[in-house]
Amino acid sequence: MQHDDVIWDLIGSKQFCSYKVKTKTKNFCRNEYNTTGLCNRQSCPLANSQYATVREEKGRCYLYMKVIERAAFPARMWEKVKLSECYERALQEIDENLIYWPRYYRHKCKQRFTKITQYLIRIRKLTLKRQRKLVPLSRKVERREKRREEKALIAAQLDNAIEKELLERLKQGTYGDIYNFPIHAFDKALEKQDEESESEAEEEDDEEGEDEDKGRREFVADDEIEESDLSDFEDMNNLKVSDEEEGDSSEEEEETEEEMEGSPGAKSKGKTPLKGPVRKKRPYVEIEYEQETEPAPKSKAS
Amino acid sequence: RYEKLIQEPVDNGSVEESESAGSSFPPTFSLSTIKNKQRRHLMFMKLKQEKRKQKLELRKKRKKERDALGDKAPPKDVPKTIENQRVYDETTVDPEDEEVAFDEGTDEFSAYFNKLTNPKVLITTSDRPRGRTVRFCEQLATVIPNAHVYYRRGLALKRIIPQCVSRNFTYLMVINEDRKVPNGMVLCHLPDGPTAHFKVSSVRLRKEMKRRGKDPTEHHPEVILNNFSTRLGHSIGRMFAALFPHDPHFVGRQVATFHNQRDFIFFRFHRYIFKNEKRVGIQELGPRFTLKLRSLQKGTFDSKFGEYEWVHKRHEMDSSRRKFHL
Repeated sequence: MQHDDVIWDLIGSKQFCSYKVKTKTKNFCRNEYNTTGLCNRQSCPLANSQYATVREEKGRCYLYMKVIERAAFPARMWEKVKLSECYERALQEIDENLIYWPRYYRHKCKQRFTKITQYLIRIRKLTLKRQRKLVPLSRKVERREKRREEKALIAAQLDNAIEKELLERLKQGTYGDIYNFPIHAFDKALEKQDEESESEAEEEDDEEGEDEDKGRREFVADDEIEESDLSDFEDMNNLKVSDEEEGDSSEEEEETEEEMEGSPGAKSKGKTPLKGPVRKKRPYVEIEYEQETEPAPKSKAS
Repeated sequence: RYEKLIQEPVDNGSVEESESAGSSFPPTFSLSTIKNKQRRHLMFMKLKQEKRKQKLELRKKRKKERDALGDKAPPKDVPKTIENQRVYDETTVDPEDEEVAFDEGTDEFSAYFNKLTNPKVLITTSDRPRGRTVRFCEQLATVIPNAHVYYRRGLALKRIIPQCVSRNFTYLMVINEDRKVPNGMVLCHLPDGPTAHFKVSSVRLRKEMKRRGKDPTEHHPEVILNNFSTRLGHSIGRMFAALFPHDPHFVGRQVATFHNQRDFIFFRFHRYIFKNEKRVGIQELGPRFTLKLRSLQKGTFDSKFGEYEWVHKRHEMDSSRRKFHL
């Protein structure tokens, strides 16, 4: 008894205890025989000659007891009693083994035993479910993949590829009759390709029967395009489902025409009317000019 | 001051002359034998400058020659790109190959391509998905028509698959999540079709996209598959194509693109409008992500006993920078 107090006096607060873990509010005890895990006068296995605890090994629980009679024989100090698998019977065994012991040890041992059985049950349940397999990532490989992905993205030029593909599909006629664009400009585009396309163009001409445009293509091109383009835009307006999409299309024009970014003042809010000859082959900027009258100077009012 | 340092007599050969001016270095001279770091660095800089000068002279000479020849100049060399230098893959598909056509007529997607089945997709995640993954799944479900999102409550995939088959699903898509971010996708074609496992990266949800349009409508989008050239690429391409219904609604003007570049598959979802027959404007809606194929398995998802058609083996397949598999 004297011994215990002296020991606690030293390791409890005054001097060093290697099992003690200090945190802001509490002290913990890392000793594996400690029942509660806290660093207290009553829970310290070093400072109590009579001590009991419950520990589990490979799924079986054992009751460990230490009495003062064996304090001189460290090899035999802890008496190990196997507890039954059944929960109630194990509790009774604890009671039987710790009969005449102070209430504190009985209570704490039973508490610890309960906690241990609960976590053992949980382990068994979890192993039946699907386990998450952790695959280690190699940092070097991840960085390399990331870099390669960025470069591939740049090389892909996605917007251009998508636009090209869509135009291809339009040319091949997968869209049928939804979009009607002027025929002779179509022909011009087709003539640039092989002779086969030319014959197709002739067929198309025959079908549509616009013979006038054939001869006069080169000279009257501008005017013709203007009118038919206007009709086009009207057609496209008919195609659009709601007014909102007009806003969308004007936004698209703002976004996709790169020159527009340079001239913020030229953004058009609504439908952009065509002004001047439309040069088909070059990217063009549509600019609205507003004639503003000078607002009357305020001094006039007074 | 540094020049003076260099002009001191040094054991390692003459330091005054540069290489191009008829240097008097012993032939076994190399920069790495100079122990002094500053001097070594200076020598290296000099070497680089000399090389750059030579290169510039060469370029000027060539340009002069080319200008002198005028029209008769030989055409410019095509610059080397990784795509140009790609190692030729024996399994590259020739468009007229009959064997490939025959195979594709009888593989697991033939039912779809013969218009016998309509796609019906089940999208789910790994256990306990976080917000980002959930939102990603929802957006995917808007992009893919006839897609249903179900919450995975710890169910085993092997048990889900027969249930899906009985309810006429054609695809099972599982988005795997790690640290609150989607990072993997398992795409399983259902009536015992192939299972592909992808690594997902660079996921951008709709609200993170700049200058995006409105939400996608219910119209069936068109599908664009770019650059799937090998046999493996072809089968993956068909897998993606079978996700979407046959008849794209052209009225909706929506297009979903799977673009393969250097084994990375970029997914984009756009709305297009034809301004005239030469120009089309596209506006990105919808999520975007990149996929990289990790393995292709013959049957449905079975990690233990599955028969793998193709597995990405890093040490064998990543050794050459010019070799791609898709």
